[in-house]
Amino acid sequence: MIRKMLMAGLAAGMMALGFAGAAHADDGLDNPSRNPFYEGLKGKRVVFVPLAMGFDLTEGWAAIMRKQAADLGYTLDIRDPNWSTDAGTRALTALIAEKPDVIIAHNPDVQSYARLLKRAMDAGIKVIQLNLESVVPTDAYIGADWSRVGYIEADELVKRCGTGSGKSGKIAIIRGQPTAASDLYELYAYKTTFAKDPAIKIVSEQAAQYDPAKARAIMETVLQQHPDLCGVVGNWDNQDVGAGAAIQAAGKADDIFVVTSGGGNQIGCDNIQKGLLDMIVSYDVPLQGEAINQQIAQTLLSPAKAGESKTAYYTPLTLLTKDNIGPRTCWSLDQLK
Amino acid sequence: MRKARLSQEGVVFALAVLLFAAFAVTLNNFLTTGNLIALVRSVSILGILGLGMGLVVIGRGIDLAMVATMVVSLSWVLSMTQGGMPLGTALLFGLALALAIGLMNGILIAYADIPAIFTTLAMGLVAYGAGRAFLFQIDVQNTPAGIAWFDFLGQGSVFGLPMPIVAFAVLAALMALLLLRTRFGRFVYAAGDNALAARITGIPLRPLIVAQYVVSALIAFLAGLVMAAAVSGMSTRLYNSTMIYDVLLVVVLGGISLSGGRGGVRNILVGTLLVGVLLNGMTILDITYTTQNLIKSLILLLAIMVDSFINPRDEQTSQQAQGDI
Repeated sequence: MIRKMLMAGLAAGMMALGFAGAAHADDGLDNPSRNPFYEGLKGKRVVFVPLAMGFDLTEGWAAIMRKQAADLGYTLDIRDPNWSTDAGTRALTALIAEKPDVIIAHNPDVQSYARLLKRAMDAGIKVIQLNLESVVPTDAYIGADWSRVGYIEADELVKRCGTGSGKSGKIAIIRGQPTAASDLYELYAYKTTFAKDPAIKIVSEQAAQYDPAKARAIMETVLQQHPDLCGVVGNWDNQDVGAGAAIQAAGKADDIFVVTSGGGNQIGCDNIQKGLLDMIVSYDVPLQGEAINQQIAQTLLSPAKAGESKTAYYTPLTLLTKDNIGPRTCWSLDQLK
Repeated sequence: MRKARLSQEGVVFALAVLLFAAFAVTLNNFLTTGNLIALVRSVSILGILGLGMGLVVIGRGIDLAMVATMVVSLSWVLSMTQGGMPLGTALLFGLALALAIGLMNGILIAYADIPAIFTTLAMGLVAYGAGRAFLFQIDVQNTPAGIAWFDFLGQGSVFGLPMPIVAFAVLAALMALLLLRTRFGRFVYAAGDNALAARITGIPLRPLIVAQYVVSALIAFLAGLVMAAAVSGMSTRLYNSTMIYDVLLVVVLGGISLSGGRGGVRNILVGTLLVGVLLNGMTILDITYTTQNLIKSLILLLAIMVDSFINPRDEQTSQQAQGDI
């Protein structure tokens, strides 16, 4: 009975709304919340300080951010420190004096930019950290949850190499830059996961500093010591492809499972097809680009002062393996531009 | 003088042998053929670059632009092949670019009398910057698939030795011939030992200097070719790494004096061997990144200390126009 009455009420309400709408249909309706949105963004200044331009992740984000900036009428500048923490620190110091509205920081490690980001917020500049965070929480963090990436990777290897798998249980860890957020949080996840399975042995833990040639040299040596290696977990697909090449050259591509993470770029997918990598935990750069765009707009419009509210959004992760990648799974830069 | 030179190289060689013996006794599987091949293979590119650097240092110069020349010329080649150009044509363009960089270095150093260390440091920056701005967009370039000779250069082997090692051996032999059996080589020693005396005796000093930098750029290009084939790509980030110092480390550690005129290919082989043994052993021991850096720098410091005890700074060194570095 009550439900019937409710339904009737709803129907009547909808009809009334319909009539009201019809009455104004000729002139349309000016959306009252529209103007503050565009006017709040127009003429604002956003500056992005990446690790470096010229590689898949930063070029991908920048392409997406540029599009929205042009669309909504704010400016996006990029200060490219080209892998130099020093140059990045100088860029941030200069920016604190220039007072842009928002700084987007891509941290080379958890410490170097931390104090500067805090100073920027104290000076009234809002700070968004992108994909690599520092120890100081700022207005927002958008990017991968590195701990979760690490747990997913480690669980996969435990499944393939741990108790009951009948394999040796020997795992090699290839670190990236041992002071970066991705590296530290992932390593913690690896170690806690591997410690739970007595069959797993970490036989090597070396840093390749994002260099595939170095990853290759390390893996060649490790394979000599441990021909029965079972799994490799690495920090970044662009780097670990070198380890994959060493494994393939040794003819062990079918015996050793290589899991790593990356931005889901076409080159990563190609490397899975070639059998150099077995699984990539992708943090999906196009999705991250949309998330950062949404966060930029929100941060610019928010009445909160710099550093007043601190949020984080961990972007979705997808697993790429030979079984699930198709011609459209991965992205190329031209597609984003 | 002869005695001193012998003992400097000897100390490094003894150190390498000592480390080698220690690792062979204490580490499992260190002394296997597979591991020894992996050991040499991992430093063969470094060794090839060391050959070019060695030549320039013997001529009392230094080429800090080698890594830039290597990454920029090869990245351009790979970027052009991705754009559809045949690899052979692209390689010719790359080679021309590398030689042009060497030529500019040489002309600035020989004819404008700008110290080599500054010229090549700046030229490295110019080459890298121009490359990033005009020649390629992405900092890691992949190699084209399905070109047989190129794949063989990276993945193939001759008599069980991987191609990078073979390339290093061939280039080392050629460099030894060049230094010891040609007039050019003898002139380089003469000019490196005492440039003014060499000029007075009628050696064309300036063209000789230009030629050295052209040869070192050529070697950088060849090293890049081997490297690109071996790792299926070229990363321009290498320019930002410590690689150029590692090349210098190989040369100086091997006992080629920075004041010029001394040393040879054997020194480079010894230096490369020591670095190779060290890196391989530390990877097997699974020493952490920070500790590895510490050990590497301590060994360099030790080598410099030994060098300055054995080859004390003397009247001749301090009176040279640029001094030693």
